[in-house]
Amino acid sequence: MGNTSSLLTQYDIEEVQEHCNNLFTQQEIVSLYNRFCQLDRSAKGFISADEFMSVPEFAVNPLSQRLLRMVDGLNFKDFVAFLSAFSSHASLQQKIELIFKVYDLDCNGKVTFNDILDVLRDLTGSFMSEKQREQVLSHVLEEAGYSRESLLTVDDFLKILSNSGLKMEVEVPVD
Amino acid sequence: MSRLRPSSSEVDLPIIEEYLSESTQEPKKRLLLRDLLDISPALTEAAGAIVDDSFTRCFKSNPPEPWNWNVYLFPLWCLGVVTRYCFLFPIRVIVLAAGWIIFLSSFIPVHFLLKGHDKLRRTMERKLVEFMCSIFVASWTGVVKYHGPRPSRRPKQVFVANHTSMIDFIILEQMTAFAVIMQKHPGWVGLLQSTILESVGCIWFNRTEAKDREIITKRMKDHVQGLDNNPLLIFPEGTCVNNHYTVMFKKGAFELDCTVCPVAIKYNKIFVDAFWNSRKQSFTRHLLQLMTSWAVVCDVWYLEPLTLKPGETSIEFAERIRDIISVRAGLKKVPWDGYLKYSRPRPKLTESKQKVFAESVLQRLEEN
Repeated sequence: MGNTSSLLTQYDIEEVQEHCNNLFTQQEIVSLYNRFCQLDRSAKGFISADEFMSVPEFAVNPLSQRLLRMVDGLNFKDFVAFLSAFSSHASLQQKIELIFKVYDLDCNGKVTFNDILDVLRDLTGSFMSEKQREQVLSHVLEEAGYSRESLLTVDDFLKILSNSGLKMEVEVPVD
Repeated sequence: MSRLRPSSSEVDLPIIEEYLSESTQEPKKRLLLRDLLDISPALTEAAGAIVDDSFTRCFKSNPPEPWNWNVYLFPLWCLGVVTRYCFLFPIRVIVLAAGWIIFLSSFIPVHFLLKGHDKLRRTMERKLVEFMCSIFVASWTGVVKYHGPRPSRRPKQVFVANHTSMIDFIILEQMTAFAVIMQKHPGWVGLLQSTILESVGCIWFNRTEAKDREIITKRMKDHVQGLDNNPLLIFPEGTCVNNHYTVMFKKGAFELDCTVCPVAIKYNKIFVDAFWNSRKQSFTRHLLQLMTSWAVVCDVWYLEPLTLKPGETSIEFAERIRDIISVRAGLKKVPWDGYLKYSRPRPKLTESKQKVFAESVLQRLEEN
């Protein structure tokens, strides 16, 4: 947009690429940079929660509040690193690790029954009662060999999700 | 929330819902832990929106491609810059100034001296406003091609057009004096609105004032009944879009119980991008940009008048008209409400997604 045209040098781009494990091509990084500048309306070097929410397609997402806590105030490098899990070159493990982080908001490496319940609450809102949610969750946990008291780790997530045909890819538009 | 239409804020939802709920409807299987933990569809959607979204694309300015990149063309380009800024621009300023002087020196006497002769005064004022608008168009060498019959004055009809910049209004006004529904602007534009444009029947409002909407609806209804009133022109998008997309049409214009005459406006971007990004530049800056370009090239189509079909809701009618305008002007349609520039989407949309997910969970649980 006008004054914010990309002025990244090759060094800048390589630095960012390294930071995201080379999951994006140079062109994709340039595109992401333009997008970053577009969202960062007041050019302060990071995107505020308010600016993220100005994208209606993001704002209507049931997980938007939760994701905001992860992406609010990221600088460009971390912004790209966050999105790198959505690259088609990212491994399944990276994708699952990101999902784990969404559950594990307090970043203690463990996901409790209540953590999962919180996400389920975001996803279902008023269309399931609290009781229904608890019931469903304990039911599927038990079926999978866990209990209400289990603390799930990344490894558990990897085990549970790795053969679920998970598809989590976002294409970066390159012009 | 601020919108033109008077009440019932839910009505425009179906369009957006249709668009959003295309998401996951997997074949029914037994519900497993991994199905509950797998939040990848929602995450993918969120990340997709962060990377690119159809809403911001509507308001992105697209400057013309630079062509001064090579040794031969660069001097030519420089010559062009000199011509445009040192030659064309001053001439245009003079034309504009002369236009204003002529306009004001005849408008003021007409307005105040012909108090008793309403009919004559209105005709004169109408002509003068049309004249002033053609001066404006001349000040950016507007090359405007009008297709279709020229609008006439008669009751019970309303014109709707897609909206790119305030110059849409000037371009349409130079042919026919329309009464326009417009947002109240600050500065000199606001002054013009409350003095001169008032005389051609323009109605303005403030997007953010809820009570304005009801007054506007009432005034629109009265206006379209009048025999000698200027035809009513509405930009139902409610905001300027970059002329590549159309956003949702507000239904206010389509429930006046009138014939709707669609007008499609398409700008050619070879010389200048006519999109007015009101967040980035003032209208004065926008005009200066146009006045220092070679020309503003645009096509205007007056399309076939349409009426509400029996059993059709005003929203469906609005969509039908939007289809016609989009096709004619070659614009892509997005389901968003343009007012989202100024406010957040309603929780309804999030709820519809939650509903889909909750239902799929509950359904699959029953299968167990």
